[in-house]
Amino acid sequence: MSVTTIVHNQIELALHQLRAGDPDATPLLVLHGLGERTPSVAPSWAETWPGAICGLDFTGHGRSTTPTGGGYTAEILLADADAALAHLGAATVVGRGLGAYIALLLAGARADRVRGAVLADGPGLSGGPSTATSAPVLIVERSAGTPDPYALVELARDLRPPDYATTFARLAVEGSALAEPLAVAASFQPEWLRAVADTPGVAERKAVGEALALYRPIG
Amino acid sequence: MAHSLDQVVSAAEAATYPGARGPDRVVTIDARGVAIAVHEWGAPDAPPLLLAHGGFDFARTYDTFAPLLADAGWRVVSWDQRGHGDSGRAELYSWDADLRDAVAVFEYAAGDRPVAALGHSKGGGMMIHLADSHPFRFRKLVNIDGLPSNRPVRDIAEHDRTKMLVGEVRGWLDHRRRTAGGQRKPGTIDELARRRGRMNPRLPIEWLRYLVTVGATDSDDGWRWKIDPSMRFGGFGPWRPEWGLIRLAGLGLPFFGMLVTEPEEMGWGTQPHEIEPYLPEGARLDLIDGVGHFAHIERPIDVANRVLEFLGPPA
Repeated sequence: MSVTTIVHNQIELALHQLRAGDPDATPLLVLHGLGERTPSVAPSWAETWPGAICGLDFTGHGRSTTPTGGGYTAEILLADADAALAHLGAATVVGRGLGAYIALLLAGARADRVRGAVLADGPGLSGGPSTATSAPVLIVERSAGTPDPYALVELARDLRPPDYATTFARLAVEGSALAEPLAVAASFQPEWLRAVADTPGVAERKAVGEALALYRPIG
Repeated sequence: MAHSLDQVVSAAEAATYPGARGPDRVVTIDARGVAIAVHEWGAPDAPPLLLAHGGFDFARTYDTFAPLLADAGWRVVSWDQRGHGDSGRAELYSWDADLRDAVAVFEYAAGDRPVAALGHSKGGGMMIHLADSHPFRFRKLVNIDGLPSNRPVRDIAEHDRTKMLVGEVRGWLDHRRRTAGGQRKPGTIDELARRRGRMNPRLPIEWLRYLVTVGATDSDDGWRWKIDPSMRFGGFGPWRPEWGLIRLAGLGLPFFGMLVTEPEEMGWGTQPHEIEPYLPEGARLDLIDGVGHFAHIERPIDVANRVLEFLGPPA
């Protein structure tokens, strides 16, 4: 396994190559859940993927930089994933939990470069409320390591209105060459994910491996 | 000094402006790792009045307004939000992070005692949010043209709105990539003043030049605004400004809002009839005629007098 450092503004992100692959095949980018880090070995559902398998540690997670004083948003993590995508050129993306939400945003924002995104169960899948609330201003103790407590607090309560999520789903469907550029493979579906799953052009599968098979490059 | 030849105003010439007075004290506090520059006008033992600035502004934009409040007996405490002015740059910027930094300033200025506070524009929205989350910190609250509206955005077809969003998202992502290690564009005092004039079209050029001398730094290749280049206007996200109205309606303290009649680039264009249904019990709302978004800079005495009348004697 090798690690490449990718610069996203003031943050250094760790992009792990979990397994090498056919250089002509689309790489697989794995996005972890809230509070997780890239696993040390390629997930079993990715065994038959012909291309390289990479995993990104989000800001404040794993071996990536922990910023001072928080300030996390899902959009910042989208920019993390975008930096990894720029490094890889194009990729198929599998996201767990929070990573699933980020995979959705990335698939909408860079529909021409994301060759399918699988949205799977995992920590941080729900996010916060879907509308305005009386949000507390929370102070947490600093920590030198990862995951950053601010990441855990702030990204567990980011607003996820269903119509915001479906806008990105529509962008993915309209901008991708694939008929079904998004595949939901989550047994738990919070409001935003249910709305995405109901969007025309979004596939649903029971298991991650089954969903990933939709995007397997033809060798 | 290698300034270009078109520089017509020296730092010494630009460094004064009628009515402007720098702070009596500047201290840097540690907001849990982020250095926040706090600027104070008035007697240190006078009752605190906290001022929150707007986006892409900084505490010294209160240089004509704050002295009027200080001279009336208040200890005026403002601060540069992270990434602005003399405060530290941070890796990340967000609304929540700005609110936490604000809490550090409230704690520094008054502990957990309730104080009077005022916010302009974004700072006004921040103070409404904080007053909703930490009501125990507030005694009275003033808002200068920082009230959201529930007016729907222009009538745009859903398809076109989606296309606009992808442009905004990609523009922002490209900006994140570009600004790693970036610096703000250098220029002469006049160039920076004219650049800022695009955001502040109603403010005199002499004021904008003065702001350069307190809000920018001079180096070998020119002046640069003390604003982190990784920050960017606009942006996107799930938040809808009108959701702030829910917090406004729930405030349980004396509230005074000011709106203005003259539309301009940085203003929100909120009309009184859009706010009135959401005003908390007993609130005061003034519409100030003939001024734009920076009412406290255009007419510092008028706005300060309204604020002082609302606050009553310093206590």
